[in-house]
Amino acid sequence: MLRYFLTRLAGAIPTLFIIVTIAFFLIRAAPGGPFDQEQTLPPEIMANLQSAYGLDQPIWAQYGRYLGALAHGDFGPSFKYKDFSVTELIGQGFPVTLEIGSIAMALALILGIPIGTFAALHHNSATDYATMSLAVVGIAIPTFVVLPFLGLLFGIYLHWLPVAGWEPGSIRHLVLPVAALALPPLSVIARLTRANMLEVLRSHFIRTAVAKGLPLHTVILRHAMRPALLPVASYLAPAVASIMTGSLVVESIAGLPGIGRYMVQGALNRDYTLVLGMVIIYSTLLILMGLAVDLLYAWLDPRVKLER
Amino acid sequence: MSGLLDDAVRRLRSNPGAMWAMFVVAGLVALALFGPWFNPNGSETLDWLHVASRPALQSAHWFGTDRLGRDLFARTLEGTRVSLAVGVVASAVSLAVGIGYGAVAGYVGGRTDHVMMRVIEILSGLPLIFFVIFLTVVFGRSEYLLFLAIGAVGWLTMARIVRGQTLSIRRREFIEAAVASGAGTARIIVKHVIPNVIGPVVVYATLTVPQIIMFESFLSFLGLGIQEPHASLGTLIAEGAGEMEAAPWILLVPGGFLAVLLLALNIFGDGLRDALDVKER
Amino acid sequence: MAPILSIDDLTVSFSQPDRSISAVRQVSLAVAARECVAVVGESGSGKTQIFMAAMGLLEGNATAQGSVRFEGSEILGAQAPQLNRIRGSKLTMVFQDPMTSLTPHLKIGIQLAEVLVCHTGRSWSEARIAARRMLERVRVPDPARRLNQYPHELSGGLRQRVTIGMSLLCEPLLVIADEPTTALDVTVQAQIIDLLRAMREEVGMALVLISHDLGVVAGLADRILVMYAGRIVESADSAELFRDPRHPYTGALLKCIPTLSGPSLARLPTLPGQPPQPEDSLDGCAFAPRCPRAAERCRTERPLLREAGNAGDRGSNGIESGSSAIENGGARRVACHFPLSP
Repeated sequence: MLRYFLTRLAGAIPTLFIIVTIAFFLIRAAPGGPFDQEQTLPPEIMANLQSAYGLDQPIWAQYGRYLGALAHGDFGPSFKYKDFSVTELIGQGFPVTLEIGSIAMALALILGIPIGTFAALHHNSATDYATMSLAVVGIAIPTFVVLPFLGLLFGIYLHWLPVAGWEPGSIRHLVLPVAALALPPLSVIARLTRANMLEVLRSHFIRTAVAKGLPLHTVILRHAMRPALLPVASYLAPAVASIMTGSLVVESIAGLPGIGRYMVQGALNRDYTLVLGMVIIYSTLLILMGLAVDLLYAWLDPRVKLER
Repeated sequence: MSGLLDDAVRRLRSNPGAMWAMFVVAGLVALALFGPWFNPNGSETLDWLHVASRPALQSAHWFGTDRLGRDLFARTLEGTRVSLAVGVVASAVSLAVGIGYGAVAGYVGGRTDHVMMRVIEILSGLPLIFFVIFLTVVFGRSEYLLFLAIGAVGWLTMARIVRGQTLSIRRREFIEAAVASGAGTARIIVKHVIPNVIGPVVVYATLTVPQIIMFESFLSFLGLGIQEPHASLGTLIAEGAGEMEAAPWILLVPGGFLAVLLLALNIFGDGLRDALDVKER
Repeated sequence: MAPILSIDDLTVSFSQPDRSISAVRQVSLAVAARECVAVVGESGSGKTQIFMAAMGLLEGNATAQGSVRFEGSEILGAQAPQLNRIRGSKLTMVFQDPMTSLTPHLKIGIQLAEVLVCHTGRSWSEARIAARRMLERVRVPDPARRLNQYPHELSGGLRQRVTIGMSLLCEPLLVIADEPTTALDVTVQAQIIDLLRAMREEVGMALVLISHDLGVVAGLADRILVMYAGRIVESADSAELFRDPRHPYTGALLKCIPTLSGPSLARLPTLPGQPPQPEDSLDGCAFAPRCPRAAERCRTERPLLREAGNAGDRGSNGIESGSSAIENGGARRVACHFPLSP
C-alpha cells in the first residue's frame, strides 16, 4: 500500500510541474499586462514598476525566479493588493475555505449515504419519491440561486441566521454557506447510494446473509454497505471539484474571506500572481484527492490488485 | 431502429414527471419569445417614477422594477432568451466539436484513439470554472471567450459518446464497402460514420443544455460572462442578491425563472435518458 | 413423531404488471427429524420456490398462500425478527452458487463467526475457534489460513464446503440444500455429496436436497418427491422409486440417467417437448403433452396426488391425499390417471 502511495505521489509531481509551467507561460504570453487598467502612467514610473516586479527580465529568468520562489513557498506579490504577497493572502484565506469545504463534504457524506440507503430500503414508497425529488432539486438548481434564497428565507424573513459576513469562530455565519455548498454533492451521493444499494440488495450474498438470520442492520452495514459505496468513492473527486467551484460562489455572496473570493477577484482584476497561486493550490488539492480516492477504492474492494 | 424509438417515446409518455417538465420548458420558451408582445414595457426603458417598485398585477409593472426602474418582467424574459440562446448555440458548438473529436478517435482507433481519450480523461478531472477564470485573466473579458468556454462544457461527454457509437458501427458492412471502394478516411468519417451516430448523440446533446445554461449563468453571476446592460439570468440574480433586503423580488423573479427552467430541463432529461436506456429499472 | 417441517397446500405466485404466474401450486409435504428428502424436478418446476417461501426469502413481487410450520409454529409470512430466531440456527440453507453466495469483501472467518455471535451470543474470539473447528470437520485443509482469506481466494469446491459448514454451525434441525453441486465440477460434486452424507451422520440433522439430477440424490435421499410444473407428481421411498417408478415423468427421468451397463453406442433417451411455461393455464395433467401414455382424460381432468397401492389401483375417486400432511415415510403417492405398472 505504502509503495503504491509513494509511486502515485511521485507521478503526481510532474503533472503539477506541467500545470505550473503552462500556466506561467500562458499568462506571460497574454496580451496586455497587469497594469493596463490603471490610468496611463508615465513611462519612467512604468519602467520602475516593471523592474520592481521583475517584469523587465527575459521570460526564462522570470520563470526560474518564480520556481525558485515557489520552492520556498513564496508565490510572489499580488499585483492588485499592493500590500500583500500572494502567500499571505493564501495563508489568510485557505483555512476559511478549507473549513467550509470540509464541513460541506462531511455533511454531504454523513447525510447523503443514510438518506440513499433509507430510500433504497423503502423502495417505491412515498418517502422514496419524496427524497429523490428533493435530490433532483438539489442537483438542478445552482448554488448561486440556492444561497440567496436561503438567505432570504432564514435571514431576512425569519431572522434566524445572518445573511452574510464572517467572524472568526462564529458558527452562525457558516450555516447557510455550508448548507448551500453541501446540497449538490449531498443530492448526488444520495441518488448514487440509493441506486447502488438497490443493486447490491439483489445480490446472492445478501440473500445468504438474510438466510443466516442476521438482523437487518448487520446485513446492511457489514455486507451491503461496502460494495454499494464503491461508486460513491469514484464520485468523491468530482465532489471535491464541485465544492471548490461552489466555494467561489458561496464566498463571494456571503462575504467569506476565503481563497475562492480571491480567485474571483483575481480574475476580475487580472492579478496574475494571485490567479497563478490559486491555480497551483487548487490543482494540488485535486491531485491529492485523486490519490486519496484511489487508496480508498483499494480498501473498499479487496479484489482490486494494487500492482497493475 | 424506429422500433426502438417508438418504444422510447412510449416509455417517455408514461412518465408523468417528464411530460410535465417538457410542457413547463415549452411554456417558458414560449413566454420568453412571445412575452414581450404582451408587456408594454421595454427591458431597457428606465421608469424613474417607479424605481424598485413591488410586483403588482394592477400596476404597469407586473413583476416590479429594479434599482434603475427597469421593468423586471421584461428584463427577466430577456435574460431567459439570452440564457436559452447561449444554451442552444453552445450545445451546437460542443456537439460539433465533440462529434468531430469522437468520430475521429473511434474510427482511427489504436494509439491515436488512446492518446485522444487520455486527453479527455485529464480534462474531465479539472473544474472548468478555473480554466475560464484563468483564460479571463489572460485574455480579458470578452463575449467570444464566453462562448468558447461554454462550448467547452459539453464536448467532453459528447466526444466520449460519439466515440463509443463509432466503435460499435465501425465493423458494419457499409463501412467496409466504403473502404473497399477506395474512399479516404476523412470522407468515410464525414459521409458514413457521422450520419449514423447522430441519433442517440442528438439526444445526449439535449441533456447538456441545462448544464450549459447553468454554467453560463454562473459565469455571468460572477461577472465573468455577459456584461451590462445586456441581461442574462445570471447577471439579474447577481443584481438581486445585492438588493435582497430592500427589494427581494429583484432576486426572486429571475431566480425563480432560472430554478424552474433548470429543474424542468433536468427532469425532462432524466426522463429521456430513462426512456432510452433499455436496462433501466 | 411430529415432523420438523410441514408444508400444507402451499401456493406461490409472482405478480407481474400484466399477469400472475404460479410457480408452486398447492404443494404439501413433510420432513421428519433426521430424514433426508430429495425434491427433484426440472428448472421452473417450483422446487426452489417452495423453500424460499419457507425461509422468508421470496422476492418482493411474490405472494405465498398456505401453511408452513417449523417445529409446530407457523412461519409463512412471519416478520423478520421472528424468522431470524430460527433462520441460520435451527433452519439453514445452502445455496447453489458458491461463486456468488459469499460476501466478497469479508474474510471467511468473519462470515462464519458472525453466525455464532449472532445466534449463540458467543464472543468473537470463541466464535472464531468454533469456526476453525467447523472448517476441519468439513475437511477444509489448512483451516487457520483459510479463515483469513477472502472468498475469491478459494476454489468452488472449498467455498461450498465453507457454506455447508456455515449452515451447520448452530447444529440445525433442518438444512435445505438447493442444488449444492450443480455449479461444481463432476469430481468435486461427488466429494460434496460425500461430505453431506458424513455431516448427516455426525450432526444428525434432517436434510432437504433440491436437485434436477436424480443421479445426484440417489445415494443420499431416504425419500424422493418428484415435481413437475409446480406440483408434486410422485413421492416414494428412494429405493422404491428407482426400482419401480409409477409416474411416466419419473420413468422418463430415470431413463435419462447414463449408466455404466447397457449398449455403449445407444443414444441417451431424451424427453420430447418442453415443460409448460409457468403462466400457461393448465387443464388436465400438465405432463400430458409430453406423455407417451396420455389419453383424452389426461387432457381434461387433472389427476390428484393419491396413494398408489397395488398394480390394479386406478380409482378415480378419492380425495387428494397428503393435503393435511402428516406423511409417514413409506406412503407411496402418484398423480396420474394411468400410472406405470410395477
